[in-house]
Amino acid sequence: MTVIEEIPYSPAVPTALGGWINRNGPVVGVFAAIFAGWEVAVRTLGIPEFILPSPSAIVIKIVLSWQLLLWNAFVTLQEILLGFGLSVVVAIPLAIAVVYSGIFERVAFPFMVSLQTIPKVALAPILVMWLGYGIMPKVMVAFLISFFPIVINSVIGMRSAEKEMIYLVQSMGAGELTTFIKIRLPKALPSIFGGLKVGMGQAVVGATVGEFIAAESGLGYLQLISQVRLDTPLLFAAVVVLSILGVLLFNIVGLVERLALPWSRVATQGE
Amino acid sequence: MVRDDKVGLPAKGSGAGVPIMLRNISKRYRAARGGEVQALSEINLSVGAGEFVSIVGPSGCGKSTLLMLIAGLIPPTTGVIEVDNRAVKGAVDNIAIVFQRDVLLDWRTVLGNVLLPVEIKKLDPSTHRQKARELLRSVGLAEFEEKYPAELSGGMRQRAAICRALVQDPGLLLMDEPFGALDALTREQMNLDLQRMWLRDRNTVLFITHSIEEAVLLSDRVVVMSSRPGRIADIVMNDLPRPRGAHTRSEAGFLEHVERIRRHFLALGVLSEI
Repeated sequence: MTVIEEIPYSPAVPTALGGWINRNGPVVGVFAAIFAGWEVAVRTLGIPEFILPSPSAIVIKIVLSWQLLLWNAFVTLQEILLGFGLSVVVAIPLAIAVVYSGIFERVAFPFMVSLQTIPKVALAPILVMWLGYGIMPKVMVAFLISFFPIVINSVIGMRSAEKEMIYLVQSMGAGELTTFIKIRLPKALPSIFGGLKVGMGQAVVGATVGEFIAAESGLGYLQLISQVRLDTPLLFAAVVVLSILGVLLFNIVGLVERLALPWSRVATQGE
Repeated sequence: MVRDDKVGLPAKGSGAGVPIMLRNISKRYRAARGGEVQALSEINLSVGAGEFVSIVGPSGCGKSTLLMLIAGLIPPTTGVIEVDNRAVKGAVDNIAIVFQRDVLLDWRTVLGNVLLPVEIKKLDPSTHRQKARELLRSVGLAEFEEKYPAELSGGMRQRAAICRALVQDPGLLLMDEPFGALDALTREQMNLDLQRMWLRDRNTVLFITHSIEEAVLLSDRVVVMSSRPGRIADIVMNDLPRPRGAHTRSEAGFLEHVERIRRHFLALGVLSEI
């Protein structure tokens, strides 16, 4: 006798875990497949470790030399944050000046654009010559490379307020300062955050490249050393830590954005 | 007050209509490729305190320019403008503007948007907060106070924009095609809502529109403008009884006014029957 089990109709109940799996499952799956394939390939083909270490070898390396990695990550983090911070502090006032002053726009803007066309990496040796082997040249490369997207996006954002919006607050008797605080700045914030996200990614690149040129510590320096020593697993471990650092910093900017602009999520979800 | 109970609106604030006087106003713009554009020419118009005046005219007749001039946001090339018996120099106090686009600030809630003029003019926050709530309730937005504009429909957004204009009890309400972006049904409802508020407040309203019917339905007087340069072609007096409603649109007097204004546009070549 066959027992026919009655299965009640159960609509998929969205639990927290279920939701997470639905959203991120495919991504996790793809990554898992890539790493598994990599691991298998390295083992079966007998690829020497100094050419391509297996993912497990990299993980073991990270676990074994976590102190070394952490210390150097901390150095690089410092350079990134100082360079990025300097970018923000310089770029946003500069953007305000460009928006409000015609002369500034005509003089400073072409200068910034021409600066942008110079590969910043090419400036790094010069900066080392001027600023020595310490943290400063890396901070400056990170600054130079992350500065431009922040300025451009801030300028675009501050110009995005509609004419009627400006008329509206002027008709209420608002002066230029009130107009800036109540209209131009909040209107510009989504665009500014877009610039900050790009700039943060660039600052990571800048700091690492600065360390390639001349350094005594940092993840970029660690990579150079591992390369010379043919310690490929450590080289990969540094890359992993660097990308974790980059993703983390990018997401911190994203988190601040979500906290600062609760209305922005509504705007994108709407309709 | 009986009328207030009937229309379900909050008690009247302190704003009373103010008169407007335009004497020999003209406005020339410098065109983008050199030369000048005469936007307005020899405009003479006086609007009484508490009067509802509409301006109808083709696109590019300088209607919006006229509004900007009265608000003191741009200066006239020649002529004198007086609002509330004072010459206009710079932004005028005691007025509010409603544009075709609602220009609500995305980053503020509906209530925050309505309170914007209160903040900028540094009016008393607590009494005006109360008034803002009552205004929102009177246009059916009570439950949307804490929502962001992105969550509202076009009609709701424009209602919020009108509440923002009225919260400051403006003596003069300048409206630049406020319902031009709304669908026909919402627009009819908004016309009735506006009339209801005006009947209660009796502030002076200058209402710019493309719609002849809308102008006749709402106004005490309709100013007909010709284009390039904008001139006043005719002023139509309209004393149809109020409150006007859907029934008004079929009355002989209403149709007569509409017909008269339409004939102007035919004569001016704005409308063509071929």
